[in-house]
Amino acid sequence: MAGPRYIADPEDQVQSVPLEGLIVLYHRPSGMTHLLAPPGPQILAALAGEVGDAEAVLARISEHFDLAADDPAAAIAARLGELEAAGLVRRV
Amino acid sequence: MRHALALKIGPVSFRIGSAWREPLAQLERLYAGYPAADEVADFTVRLEPATPWRRFARPSVAIRGDYTLPDAAPLPLPLGLLAAEMGMNLQMALGQKRYLLLHAGIVARDGEALILTGASGAGKSTLAALLGEQGWRFMGDEFGLLDPETGFLHPFPRAISLKNAALALFDGADPGRLGPVLRGTPKGMIRHLRPPADAIARMAEPARPALILFPRYGRDFPAEDRPVGAAEVFVRLTQASTNYVSLGARGFDALTALVAEVPARAIDYGSSAEAIAMVERLWAARA
Amino acid sequence: MNDARLLTRILADPSRIGEVRDWTALLCAARAESLGGTLAFRLEGSPVPPKVASILLDARRDAAQARTQALWEAEMARRALADTGIPVVLLKGTAYAAAGLPPALGRSIGDLDILVPRTALPRVEEALLGAGWEWVKENAYDDHYYRTWMHELPPLIHRERDRMIDVHHTILPLTARRTPDAQAMIDDSVALGDGLRILAPEDMVLHAVAHLFADGDLAGGLRNLWDIDRLLRSFTETPAFWSRLDARARRHDLLAPLQRALRLAARFYRTPVEQALAGRSAGDALYERRLLARDGWGRATRRGTRLGFYVRSHWLRMPPMMLAKHLLEKARR
Repeated sequence: MAGPRYIADPEDQVQSVPLEGLIVLYHRPSGMTHLLAPPGPQILAALAGEVGDAEAVLARISEHFDLAADDPAAAIAARLGELEAAGLVRRV
Repeated sequence: MRHALALKIGPVSFRIGSAWREPLAQLERLYAGYPAADEVADFTVRLEPATPWRRFARPSVAIRGDYTLPDAAPLPLPLGLLAAEMGMNLQMALGQKRYLLLHAGIVARDGEALILTGASGAGKSTLAALLGEQGWRFMGDEFGLLDPETGFLHPFPRAISLKNAALALFDGADPGRLGPVLRGTPKGMIRHLRPPADAIARMAEPARPALILFPRYGRDFPAEDRPVGAAEVFVRLTQASTNYVSLGARGFDALTALVAEVPARAIDYGSSAEAIAMVERLWAARA
Repeated sequence: MNDARLLTRILADPSRIGEVRDWTALLCAARAESLGGTLAFRLEGSPVPPKVASILLDARRDAAQARTQALWEAEMARRALADTGIPVVLLKGTAYAAAGLPPALGRSIGDLDILVPRTALPRVEEALLGAGWEWVKENAYDDHYYRTWMHELPPLIHRERDRMIDVHHTILPLTARRTPDAQAMIDDSVALGDGLRILAPEDMVLHAVAHLFADGDLAGGLRNLWDIDRLLRSFTETPAFWSRLDARARRHDLLAPLQRALRLAARFYRTPVEQALAGRSAGDALYERRLLARDGWGRATRRGTRLGFYVRSHWLRMPPMMLAKHLLEKARR
């Protein structure tokens, strides 16, 4: 069953700086700074201006990112929930 | 107001008004030798009676100004000098929007700055003051002013606020540089010390950040230092800044650049002599 | 000249900056009246001393960042309430910013104020609590007071972002003598592109008027009056605006406050108003005195006038017995 579908802001709305494997991200629409661990940044990139649910995100990021989890789709869905609460992705 | 004084500290000018003469007279003595203030002040501070009758009856000084905390407790008149200092701090913490404020002690050598930051009581203020007496240029014991346009730190050499045990460390200082001993303040005993003459003479001279240290004092701590990861440095510096959020992208750019370029270490120490030896060693070994 | 008076003259006509003798006093009075950012935008490009230019630049940047944060709060409220289907009308500063209206330029914006239908309050409350907002710690009396007599839910604060939201279901307290028709305001509100709504032009002016006179002791009055000036200037070209404003003011029982606001705006900011609607009154001088009670040190002056307005503002909002009860509860804590 398809879960909720999300979209993230276009890439020019965020500014990222890598710091030791983490990403410090400035989100222009909110003026807020976030510190993200993988796969947060990869999920945002996969949804930048492009709608998708957890399965679609998984398909998009698995090409160049190895998600070490028993149930990768569930792990992505959990991260999507956190990113939604932070305002970095929204439901459509 | 009845009494007024203009002060310039680093790049920032203050106008301080007071219902009483004494706090401003003390302030004027403490800041003797500072350059003349700009004609237009960045910030206004007001020391006024908490209620109209409190100018005479058990006078108590409310700290107000361009920016005011509604629940800030007034201080008794004998602590009026402290009220003025707190008023200037408050304007900076709430109103400064040009520079990224880092709650830190800053000293410099050969045009390069050392940032000492960390939790309250870590000794950064005392350390900065001690280093300022021994070969370093004192730039400030409270705020570092990081310029987002240049990445340089501007001096903000306010009077140094010595607290409790730290008073004894400066017994030998020129008495003309010391303010009155203030007893019974919210932070115990406080005495202000005018920074060294070269710190004042060079207060318009910025310095490039070269090393960040997070000191931690504990009487039983073995003298130790360890690296701090860049992400942790970033987070700790955002927490040490009162205006990071309100500077928006300028603050983000300035702070990420600082963290990417400047090495950082944490130091534990049990005595100021140990701390100073460690600072000298780490400064010599900085990348 | 009184510094507050000079401030209003320069806001109305920036070419008068030659009259400024003491910039520190002017900037200080502007900050105290929450007009620092507004002044900074009004003087953008004006020939001011370099130090002043630098202070004004900081104020403009700060206002831009505050605007970003305010609009983000509105967006987060929109997301939280989107599934409920409840119409959410932005009020005051956030509305001006979201709609790109002139008062927004440099304006400070505090809490997020929204207007929703009274019957929808429980669902709004539930949706906000589910999306990370929490009650600001309140005691039971305050809670009861808000819910029974005020025009809003007790304030909520977002636990992550630390920003407050005020949820209104009418634009004046239920205890106030005047009773604007909030449902009519919601019915006639205008949708923005993203699904949030703003009040129709006439209602927006009337809400600013109600806010100026009824919601406090005229504190921040110069700023509220500036909002009214900027709104009127941007709506005055709309066909039949003045006659619709007149009719709408009668509908909301706000004709007399509107007339006074028009006269004061014209007096302070040279607002082009319709004379026939504005009328005349001898009582304006007292209001003028109260609005200008600010000196160049940012201090509130004219204590007597202020106290009169404080008592009056409580009187307007609450019948006497209720006022007595309220003051008693306040004193007890």
